[in-house]
Amino acid sequence: MTNVVIQGHVGMGNPVSGKALVAHDNFSARYDLDRIKGVFSRPAHALYGESYVNKILILNIAKGGVATAWMLHEMMSREMAPKALLLNYANPIIAQGAAFAGFTLLDRFEHDITQTVKTGDQVHVDPASGIVMIGSNSV
Amino acid sequence: MRLTDYEQAMLAGEFGEPRRRALSQQIEIGNFFDAEDFVEVAQAHIMADTESLGEAGVVFLEELAAGSKEETCVLIPTITDPRGADFQAYERINHDPAYVALERRAVDAFRALGILMTDTCINYQTVMAPVRGEHLAMGDTGVVIYSNSVLGARTNYEGGPSALASAMTGRTARYGFHLDQHRRGTTRFVVSRQPEDWCDWGILGGIVGRAMGSYFEVPVIEGLEGTAPTSDDLKHFGAAMASFGSSALFHIPGVTPEAPNLESVFEGASPEPTVIEDTVIDAFKQSYGASDDRLDVVVFAAPQLSLMELQRLAGLLDGKQVNDAVTLLAATNPENKFAADRMGLTGTIEQAGGILLEGVCFYQMHARELGEANGWTRLMTNSAKLSNIIGGYGYEPVLADMKRCVESAVAGRIV
Repeated sequence: MTNVVIQGHVGMGNPVSGKALVAHDNFSARYDLDRIKGVFSRPAHALYGESYVNKILILNIAKGGVATAWMLHEMMSREMAPKALLLNYANPIIAQGAAFAGFTLLDRFEHDITQTVKTGDQVHVDPASGIVMIGSNSV
Repeated sequence: MRLTDYEQAMLAGEFGEPRRRALSQQIEIGNFFDAEDFVEVAQAHIMADTESLGEAGVVFLEELAAGSKEETCVLIPTITDPRGADFQAYERINHDPAYVALERRAVDAFRALGILMTDTCINYQTVMAPVRGEHLAMGDTGVVIYSNSVLGARTNYEGGPSALASAMTGRTARYGFHLDQHRRGTTRFVVSRQPEDWCDWGILGGIVGRAMGSYFEVPVIEGLEGTAPTSDDLKHFGAAMASFGSSALFHIPGVTPEAPNLESVFEGASPEPTVIEDTVIDAFKQSYGASDDRLDVVVFAAPQLSLMELQRLAGLLDGKQVNDAVTLLAATNPENKFAADRMGLTGTIEQAGGILLEGVCFYQMHARELGEANGWTRLMTNSAKLSNIIGGYGYEPVLADMKRCVESAVAGRIV
């Protein structure tokens, strides 16, 4: 299978690979997650009930609360975090939280990332180059 | 990023490892947003509740605070957002003592770093109002949007670790709303129905926020010129906008300082406006309606209440009694609590069966566990922001104005 390559803005964190969890909805750790169970807990969220732990989480924009910055660090300390977060548009909170926690974050892609990647796709993320690779051959 | 000699020295570790680490983290954020340099900030405001910090965050703060004061104390005036527990009232609301103990550890660590525990998200009303053009590192979305929009100050959303880094370095990366080019209007709305109370202002803010596509969109809202909004009106408006979207700045021509008129706020021609029709407002309200009249808890918070809101609440509760089946909570900051005590407002609220919480905000104090401990699911509030947040904590929010919330608390069911 040929890998699909998507170019984003240079991101932060380490290169990671994993299975994608995708929705054209937005993201806030405070508003949307049950961080103890590691699932989306806001009933109105498109991923309600889904586990995000160790997934490459792909959503539209970061929204709302400042708390996400501390929360990424807390989630990673319990190994209950996604492997990476890919957004069409991050906001400062997500970026600040990722920088503090050493979390992998990318945004600003050539195309709507939530339409390009499908849930279950195997994805490789390279923050230094801003490149996302989709496909069974991705490492 | 271009660094000054002072910043180069800090990055080389000449002012200690904690400041080197803080600046290094800020450079990473600056590079992510293509910042060219740093800007000095006059004040920092840190989200400090243990609901967001967790044990890991508290341990981080304790390890930092164990260092020498010379290397760890903040360099600029630094204040805090609401705590996660009320040390006086926690037993009255069955707040787990383990969370309260964690909160005390966080407070000790923050104090050791030289941080002023103001415990407030309404610092612009109670501590020191930002000034137009002042660069800040504010750590609460409601504080950010109010400081930028109503006061003309310049700040991005600064999450807890980032605001702490700013406090330790005295600067933040110059991107986003520190720059002139991001402060112009991008999107235009016209309001067809004038808001009548704080709840209506929150609803309008929520509708605008929900329509925003990214942090960098700046909505311009017309049709509010005749309303002469108060600080509390714009507090609810901005807090809801920031909560439903990711907005950090709005303009109201003729009201906010960077929008003397419509023509001056856009770069070039004004875009076509979106009219916020009555049907949209009604649908928003309806989405936070109740399927039956069951009621567990009524909450006035998010943002913390001003003295004027407390006076209104006390007036509505005066001579009434909250039904035994319902808990009524209100949250304000320590300064307003002290004033409310002194002016008899606390007495009126509590004689009616309400509980006035100090230095906290409901959603920042382990709301899920509080709900489980007290059997609360149906929550009524006049805060659009709280309605947006609290569903994720297992509650069924119902949004209504303060008068109807109080009447429902007294009746023991949603009226």
